[in-house]
Amino acid sequence: MSEPRTLLQIDHVSKNFGRVTAVDGISLDIRENEFFALLGPSGCGKTTLLRMLAGFETPNDGRILLDGRDIARTPPNKRPVNLMFQSYALFPHMSVRANVSYGLEMERLPAAEIRARVDAILATTELVPFADRKPEQLSGGQKQRVALARALVKRPRLLLLDEPLGALDKKLRGAMQLELKRLQHEVGITFVIVTHDQEESLVMADRMAVLKDGRLLQCDTPHAVYEYPADRFVADFIGVMNFVPGKATADGVLAANGARITGKVPTMLSPGAAAVASVRPERIRLFPSVETANRIAGTVEALAYQGLDLQLHVRTALSPKPFLVRVTADAADRRPVSAGDTIELGWDAADVRIFKD
Amino acid sequence: MTQPSRSSLLMAPALAWLTALMVVPCALVLALAFFRRGTYGGVEYTFTLENFGLVFDPLYAGIFLNSARIAGTATLIAVIIGYAAAYAIAAAPRRLQPVLLFFAVLPFWSNYLIRTYAWIVLLNREGLITQLLRWFGYTGEPPSMLYTEGAVIAGLVYNYLPFVILACYAPLSRLNPELAEASRDLGASAVTTFRRVVLPLTVPGIAAGAVFVFVLSIGNFVTPALLGGGRFQMIGNLVYDQFLTANDWPFGAALAMALIAIMLLVLMAQALLADRAAGRAAEARGGADG
Repeated sequence: MSEPRTLLQIDHVSKNFGRVTAVDGISLDIRENEFFALLGPSGCGKTTLLRMLAGFETPNDGRILLDGRDIARTPPNKRPVNLMFQSYALFPHMSVRANVSYGLEMERLPAAEIRARVDAILATTELVPFADRKPEQLSGGQKQRVALARALVKRPRLLLLDEPLGALDKKLRGAMQLELKRLQHEVGITFVIVTHDQEESLVMADRMAVLKDGRLLQCDTPHAVYEYPADRFVADFIGVMNFVPGKATADGVLAANGARITGKVPTMLSPGAAAVASVRPERIRLFPSVETANRIAGTVEALAYQGLDLQLHVRTALSPKPFLVRVTADAADRRPVSAGDTIELGWDAADVRIFKD
Repeated sequence: MTQPSRSSLLMAPALAWLTALMVVPCALVLALAFFRRGTYGGVEYTFTLENFGLVFDPLYAGIFLNSARIAGTATLIAVIIGYAAAYAIAAAPRRLQPVLLFFAVLPFWSNYLIRTYAWIVLLNREGLITQLLRWFGYTGEPPSMLYTEGAVIAGLVYNYLPFVILACYAPLSRLNPELAEASRDLGASAVTTFRRVVLPLTVPGIAAGAVFVFVLSIGNFVTPALLGGGRFQMIGNLVYDQFLTANDWPFGAALAMALIAIMLLVLMAQALLADRAAGRAAEARGGADG
């Protein structure tokens, strides 16, 4: 496979509002036809970054190259980029069809072409029966599709989506995640989505960037970000993680209670430095064999049955917080445990991630 | 049945007030319009329709048209200035907006007559504007500004401008700013965005403000009397004259009824427009915040 082409290059972009730095020297490459997620807690700068891509904010520093051309100072109506607003921002005085046609009318295309393209996108987004309705007559999911159709019909080089599923209820959100991915594949447009929901970006994104306090912490595939988080914050923010605080040693972490966690220590951590060892709940086994690198006894505090799997809270001497363990319902059936039991937990050295604390 | 009886109880004082001081006097004036004028003033109680016929006499119809023209001009100017001011206030930082609105309506706290007299001081041949011109080195004839139609229009615009600002501010401040951004994002210029998105969604405010200015202006008689130099340019002055100078109460009553009919038509048109726009205005406030 040939190397995917870079579509958008964010080059040392910074933006501050007065004394507040919203985006602090971020550099990112977004590839052609990629589904890219900007993820972070509120206030991390992801929305400001998105607004700079759309043209509603101008960076104080840095360049934004689209197809190699700097668009950082191009007004929003002059760039081949469209934004789907979180509030959808449908024009309330226009019908669905008029909303979708609006962007093409601005391009002064012939009426016949506008009509054909609007018809096509209404069909793709299954909005044909609602074409003559006003936005107030639509459900949340339908409004979202109109907002999407209105942006897609322009055939932008880049489609930006600001928390596109935020206003939908949980059940609809799950369906729309897959729907968005299908649509992106179908129209062949590069999507950049902003979200605070880590699960959403894991499900939808080809690659994702994790932001905090205006800085880029990590940019990689969801799998890499989940399995190899760049630092403690990312490890904690994405998914669930058990942490054991302590001091770095040559081959692991020495916990406060004297126990040793074996795992690969990053080279930047010199022995004795404050460090934290971590392991995902699904990597922990109950009743480990004696060869297992890391073993610890604990007391089951609580059990939560979740259908597919069983979640255990296990109190150990390793950390102030109980360990969270996920075992499959299968395994739980074979050797049942109940609250109050003393059991042994174990996990491999390869599943341990060690970070600076 | 407790709900309806309680609400009618609450409404009773207002209804009684309106009936005694609004409906009854209006009915009396309406009745008056169907009688004949007495030879030496007063009213002769024989039925006639000729008062209404006289309203359509070119002389008086001309005054109606003239009044409508002056009120219309004042309305147009007030809407342009008021909408621009309301737009600026709505675009100002949130915490500044109440202060700016306070200054916009500040003139209301002083008496209408005093405010209008202030314009005489301004527009007088030896008034402030002339003095200012002199100070800048102007030596010619002082411009005649007072007792002109322009002075009347200026006075009306000045007095009713706060209504337009308030009426336009309401929909402008509630407008979801993302709608304008969405329009820009879809390729529209700032001017097109205003014309196709902002303006249509704030028309109800413009209409409410415009109706206020027009209705209050077309029936006004103080401003034309003071700034227009007492020549009756407007119906208000004509009605005033019929009752207090010419002593022709029946004709004055017919003129007043014609004026009320015009106002009601304008108000009904506005109510119809507001009703149609109510639904879309609710939507314009936008859904999720962020």
